[in-house]
Amino acid sequence: MISAMRDSGERIWGLMFRHIALYRGSWPRLIELAYWPILQMCIWGFTANFLASRIGSTAAFAGGALLGGVLLWEVALRSQMGLSVSFLEEIWSRNLGHVFVSPLRPLEMVVALVAMSMLRMLAGLVPAIVLAWVLYAFNLFAIGPVLVLFFANLMIMGWAVALAVISLILRHGAGAEALAWSVLFGLTPFCAVFYPVSILPHGAREIAFIVPGSHVFEGMRTMMLEGVIDWGELGWAFGLNLIWLAGAAFIFRQQFQVARTRGALIAIGE
Amino acid sequence: MRAQRPYSKRMNVITVTNLTKRYDATLAVDGVSFDVAAGGTLGLLGGNGAGKTTTIAMLLGLLIPTAGEITILGHNMARDRFAALARMNFSSPYVSLPGRLSVRENLQVYGHLYSVRGIAARIAELARELDLEALLERPAGALSAGQKTRVALAKSLINRPDVLLLDEPTASLDPDTADLVRSWLERYRAETGCTILLASHNMAEVERLCSDVVMLKKGRIVDRGTPADLLERYGRDDLEQVFLDIARDRGIQEVAI
Repeated sequence: MISAMRDSGERIWGLMFRHIALYRGSWPRLIELAYWPILQMCIWGFTANFLASRIGSTAAFAGGALLGGVLLWEVALRSQMGLSVSFLEEIWSRNLGHVFVSPLRPLEMVVALVAMSMLRMLAGLVPAIVLAWVLYAFNLFAIGPVLVLFFANLMIMGWAVALAVISLILRHGAGAEALAWSVLFGLTPFCAVFYPVSILPHGAREIAFIVPGSHVFEGMRTMMLEGVIDWGELGWAFGLNLIWLAGAAFIFRQQFQVARTRGALIAIGE
Repeated sequence: MRAQRPYSKRMNVITVTNLTKRYDATLAVDGVSFDVAAGGTLGLLGGNGAGKTTTIAMLLGLLIPTAGEITILGHNMARDRFAALARMNFSSPYVSLPGRLSVRENLQVYGHLYSVRGIAARIAELARELDLEALLERPAGALSAGQKTRVALAKSLINRPDVLLLDEPTASLDPDTADLVRSWLERYRAETGCTILLASHNMAEVERLCSDVVMLKKGRIVDRGTPADLLERYGRDDLEQVFLDIARDRGIQEVAI
């Protein structure tokens, strides 16, 4: 039992090491991780500063909410892209055939890619968080320990979406790879990153309700405005994430089997 | 290298029974059955589209058969493939290793994936034996085709496999290096008792390495036997002529005339 767990851990580390070695040897890849979060944070930071100078204290809150939204949204985005792109790296290097004939279980592969997405997310986000504090005196950690729960929910949502994207790649081949970059942007309006859900029109509001991210951002605004933790919103976020993750895992498992039946694991990427 | 055989010589390490793969209207593999005894080397021969790659993919668990059963090292591949995969390995020029990683990093990755104990020592051993020492720190993508083939072979041996599936193991190698690789494979099999399944278009290689040969055509086995049996049956001096006879539908009797 212990030996089996040790072997499993070693296999997970093996796949992680493959991706860490890739970044270790490529500074442009490392810079790319932080480039977009920093750019986003700068644009919204200056916007928030401009609003605060013209309108006053109401805009100061809005500015804080904007920056908090930008940084937290990057958690979801980087988590999703981190997982999807790590899988795509195997396709681009035509290495999937080797990986899938090794004793690495599909679940271990997912765990390794999830761990890599966390590392990629942190590598991208930490510089942006530090810069937000230096440039705009915006301290994301002022939200308090509940920030960890916001992070956790957004990461889980990102992973669920990434698993669905990987399932589509398994189904439709590398032609579906553009989704790895674009799919989460389609959810942005319903996540209510920069505005409350109540602003949304009827219909969109119902969709937002079933998106875990919308509850996180509602919770973030409540925390920033009233200084209280909205456990109800957090509960919805966790509950929905559970459903999303279970659904995505089911689809991934099913599509993996379909890929093995259709021979897609041999031909994928060609 | 280990000195002991994993199985007694009489045991079949690979048993394939009525293996079939259908893609819609195309029957890629049609009721193929064969065994490979412990320590044996089976050559899987056939022209393009004969079903060799499909058969190997099913043996590796990359592809689910439409029908039939595969047992490797006593494990049913439909139910328990990971137990077998840990003791197998595979090399093919059609599957790459990550090109931006160095040769050493690639071998480390697969050392971990196969839970190899003493990875650094194993890499050093393989580098010495396959003449890879000067290449270890170079990116795998920057190697010549022949060097890549040797690295792929090193990857396939990283876990000291009991079963080795080789697809064109000496493709792109110059005659001298190809000969070294074949010698190395012969020695590895003799010392470890490893069972090898080999798909190749190089008939001299098949004659040299294989104890048995299965000839595939349009997904079906059309002939089988030891290389010597086949040469005698077709009245030919080398396997290449036998291959051509089968590929061009020249039957045994017709050839004899």
